[in-house]
Amino acid sequence: MNVPANLKYTDSHEWIRTEPDGTLTIGITDHAQEALGDLVFIELPAVGRTVKAGEAVAIVESVKAASDVYAPVAGEVAAANTEVTEAPEKVNADAYTHWLYKLKPASAADVGKLLDAAAYAKVIGEA
Amino acid sequence: MLQQTPLNAAHRAAGARMVDFGGWEMPVSYGSQIEEHHAVRRDAGMFDVSHMLAVDLSGDEARAFLRYALANNVDKLAVRGKALYSCLLRPDGGILDDLIAYFLREDAFRIVVNAATADKDVAWLNALIAERASELALKPRRDLAMIAVQGPNARDKVWKALPESRAASEPLKPFTAAESGDYFIARTGYTGEDGFEITLPAARAAESWAALAAAGVRPCGLGARDTLRLEAGMNLYGQDMTEAENPLESGLAWTVDLSSPRDFVGKAALSAAPMTRQQVGLLLQGRGGVLRSHQQVLTATGGGEITSGTFSPTLAQSIALARVPVGVAPGDTVAVEVRDKKLDARVVKPPFVRHGKALVS
Repeated sequence: MNVPANLKYTDSHEWIRTEPDGTLTIGITDHAQEALGDLVFIELPAVGRTVKAGEAVAIVESVKAASDVYAPVAGEVAAANTEVTEAPEKVNADAYTHWLYKLKPASAADVGKLLDAAAYAKVIGEA
Repeated sequence: MLQQTPLNAAHRAAGARMVDFGGWEMPVSYGSQIEEHHAVRRDAGMFDVSHMLAVDLSGDEARAFLRYALANNVDKLAVRGKALYSCLLRPDGGILDDLIAYFLREDAFRIVVNAATADKDVAWLNALIAERASELALKPRRDLAMIAVQGPNARDKVWKALPESRAASEPLKPFTAAESGDYFIARTGYTGEDGFEITLPAARAAESWAALAAAGVRPCGLGARDTLRLEAGMNLYGQDMTEAENPLESGLAWTVDLSSPRDFVGKAALSAAPMTRQQVGLLLQGRGGVLRSHQQVLTATGGGEITSGTFSPTLAQSIALARVPVGVAPGDTVAVEVRDKKLDARVVKPPFVRHGKALVS
């Protein structure tokens, strides 16, 4: 299973990349897309929405099931990727290229507490 | 401990994701279930349906017994090999199971029932036999495997993979079956496409599966089987109908003949019951989610519920079967509660798709 070393993770299967300006880019992991199967619907949060850590902010639905996507840290939604709402199957094709939304974190320090690749690999039983 | 079919090792070797389905360990998909779905609509796919049970009924009174035991009329089976879809009902009209009965000989019928209900069905039929026709023999055939090969190219690929089966199966009309050596080949299915359901000795299942794969038949899991049957407007027992519903409110009035003088289990209850609910198809309007079982349906004449919902790969839209009050009609717009939203859906008459063609839009 693909778990890139340069990303942070949550145990609810989101990946997080910190951009140079401090914004977080967030998606679902390869493990998550694989478990869900063919994605057919994605709903993303409104830009400007303030979210708490652990809050359900997006929905990904496959043919089989619907699943919530959670905010890894508190912050404000800075962007939503309409490319994946138009074509959800892109997330199946490459879960790490096709991000879901961006978040301006309330505190940069919170990001440091997220899982690293090795810890996430353990969560999904790959280490 | 989950039960396994004779093809379990083949599924694992092909990288299938296995799930518990009615106590059986079955493949849900081998990769993309949408690609498996399209393979059946456009070419040929195969399903391991060995978890279903063939039950052989033999004895001089077999036909008379089935005339009473089944809601559909076994006298529609006039020609050997002909198949009949029917419900098995309780005296109160509740559906115990749905099945296919095949006319083999005047003293021999084969019934194929669902996996999760197989033990219940056999016990029910045995009790009914003890009561009415005690010289009949009922033989569950767990020694058999079943492979459904479906799609516009299914028959050609079966003949390529299993050439010895061609002579017996080529003349078959839809909904008929024939024996070919120790294979029993029926031109039936659960996808809305042409094809065969092949019943064969368990010991020969793996070699036949491999031969079909080599002939270009794509292995498909239960995930694609569900989207295909839902597009075809076919019920899934346990979901679209249970012992709590009768066939008239499950879209199966065409399988029950109440007009003939024939008596059958459940007839009196069905004749007396006022019809308050009906089954309809729903087509989601716009985007906003996926219709799923148990979502509430709001209509002008009262509330209803989705019994099966999914994303239709052929229509690229969400579809569902729902049970709603009588009075709701095709063309109506209803609302479905999807999470915190109410989404519009159009009422349609199933099926949604047949033989690769969309019937609704």
